[in-house]
Amino acid sequence: MASKTQNASFDVKKTLEAVEEQFQTLQILNEDGEVVNEAAMPELTDEQLQELMRRMVYTRILDQRSISLNRQGRLGFYAPTAGQEASQLASQFALEKEDFILPGYRDVPQLIWHGLPLYQAFLFSRGHFQGNQIPEGVNVLSPQIIIGAQYVQAAGVALGMKKNGTKAVAVTYTGDGGTSQGDFYEGINFAGAFKAPAIFIVQNNRFAISTPVTKQSATKTLAQKAIAAGIPGIQVDGMDPLAVYAATSEARERALNGEGPTLIETLTYRYGPHTMSGDDPTRYRTADLDNEWEKKDPLVRFRKFLEKKGLWNEEKENAVIEQAKEEIKEAIKKADAAPKQKVTDLISIMFEEMPYNLKEQFEIYQEKESK
Amino acid sequence: MAQMTMIQAITDALRIELKNDATTLIFGEDVGVNGGVFRATEGLQKEFGEDRVFDTPLAESGIGGLSIGLALQGFRPIPEIQFFGFVFEVMDSIAGQMSRMRYRSGGRYHMPITVRSPFGGGVHTPELHSDSLEGLMAQTPGLKVVVPSTPYDAKGLLLSAIRDNDPVIFLEHLKLYRAFREEVPEEEYTIPLGKADVKREGSDLSIITYGAMVHESLKAADELAKEGYSVEVVDLRTISPLDIETIISSVEKTGRAIVVQEAQKQAGVAANVIAEINERAILSLEAPVLRVAAADTIYPFSQAESVWLPNYKDVIETAKKVLTF
Repeated sequence: MASKTQNASFDVKKTLEAVEEQFQTLQILNEDGEVVNEAAMPELTDEQLQELMRRMVYTRILDQRSISLNRQGRLGFYAPTAGQEASQLASQFALEKEDFILPGYRDVPQLIWHGLPLYQAFLFSRGHFQGNQIPEGVNVLSPQIIIGAQYVQAAGVALGMKKNGTKAVAVTYTGDGGTSQGDFYEGINFAGAFKAPAIFIVQNNRFAISTPVTKQSATKTLAQKAIAAGIPGIQVDGMDPLAVYAATSEARERALNGEGPTLIETLTYRYGPHTMSGDDPTRYRTADLDNEWEKKDPLVRFRKFLEKKGLWNEEKENAVIEQAKEEIKEAIKKADAAPKQKVTDLISIMFEEMPYNLKEQFEIYQEKESK
Repeated sequence: MAQMTMIQAITDALRIELKNDATTLIFGEDVGVNGGVFRATEGLQKEFGEDRVFDTPLAESGIGGLSIGLALQGFRPIPEIQFFGFVFEVMDSIAGQMSRMRYRSGGRYHMPITVRSPFGGGVHTPELHSDSLEGLMAQTPGLKVVVPSTPYDAKGLLLSAIRDNDPVIFLEHLKLYRAFREEVPEEEYTIPLGKADVKREGSDLSIITYGAMVHESLKAADELAKEGYSVEVVDLRTISPLDIETIISSVEKTGRAIVVQEAQKQAGVAANVIAEINERAILSLEAPVLRVAAADTIYPFSQAESVWLPNYKDVIETAKKVLTF
């Protein structure tokens, strides 16, 4: 009976398939570091390619050191980043200083490479307000803990840029789980309706804590969620720095040309736990899956690519590693030297002008602190 | 001077600030060409253009995020939430984000945002239009919450709210929009936030109140005067932060007080006012401080408003309990 009433011109299965077909994964470098899509190759100088590799290696070391410092109790909240270097850094590499980044809680590396001093990133981790006192001229917010909030805010920043006539874009990041939030949809939809210069990046590392992406949504890709906002969506190999860079650059071009926002889904993986706050990925992830993704390591394929071009060698890599370790040591020392926070400090940063209740409480705590 | 309703005074304040400050932006659902569902933004888009006064998609959370983002780019947003019952959709942007921005960035960023929103009962609105949810806002560090009760106050307070460099929630009572006219200066003037106003002086009892209950309290005071009681009516105007000085000096003078709100007893800000009086003026009190508030149920189905909403009779009854304690 169902087949009798089925209208051939409205084959729902075909409709879904036709949609999914539009979201093929963009890849430029395969796992062996071979260029598989010459046409999409971004224009990067040898120096830029080396700098991108340097940043990725540096950030891998930063992750290793951060995990270890966290275990020693010398860092607080930390969300591991290993595996996501291409997704995080190659997208940031496509930005200009004028662009404004609204990061999620895992997106500290992008802030650092956009200008946030390392010791402040460590203070953020420890829970010190000075970690969030972003230097003037560094266009970033501190990492957003409320998943999705950065998306609606990005729409506003982008509209502000459009109104001000600034030649810049707002860039924001969330994870695969975050695409289920209302603010995710509202953010891309607002930016679309206002044709605002925003780039929305979804880092699909397949897990939201323990929940696999298949439990977030029935859609085959996350990129296709852009359709609901009427904006371009693109899925890229998030372990491929060149593909991520190319997709972000293109989205930026479109945004600056007044063509509105883009949603970019990067297919990536986090090798570590969700955060260092007691998550154990062996409860929900198999070793096979981990191995499969370790073969896709963005550092491995980019290293091979650069080595073949004669742009990278062990010596260069070791120099980056040593530099990273040294700078991390210095940054932790600088973070250690930050003055302890006082309640009066916290009161002082609430308002431009203290209301009566805070004036009263300021005096009370000032008295306590003077003892 | 001109005779204005509260809504005209609000429009006037918005017009003044759009003219004064090129960074001010008004946006929300149907605030543009339509002039707002209550005509609060009537004529503003025509006068200042679509770039300054514009409609948004129907999504309160998005409006909140838009405000935050625009503020980060140097604008002074004046978003509207069509009815304050819809604040739940945008609680994170307001209470989880804009209220915290100056603090969480250690002063690097700030949020000069004024969220305008109507609320309040007595006009038979459908569900979740009239709820008094100011208590939720008043409990949020980083926000100021303003509830005017007269056209004169509305204009001066709104100008102050917009010029404030931290987020202000400006709640406009539906029943007061066109309830009466009042002399309102045509030029600009401001009323400081956090300052109460003694709407009627008296010596036997202080009624501390805000919003539509100011008028119920004034009516009650008239009635009580006929029985020989001299009642002082303090209009809080700003419910967070409270004007402790005015509240306490009134209570110290009269020795008796009640707090009157339209919200349910477990909501609103009455409990906070009483706690402040207890902490600061217990030795002046001849009687406990009692509350007039609505029953602790969900806001009533519209036909039940008249039996549910507190009114001047409730104020008289509670005032007498305290006066004869």
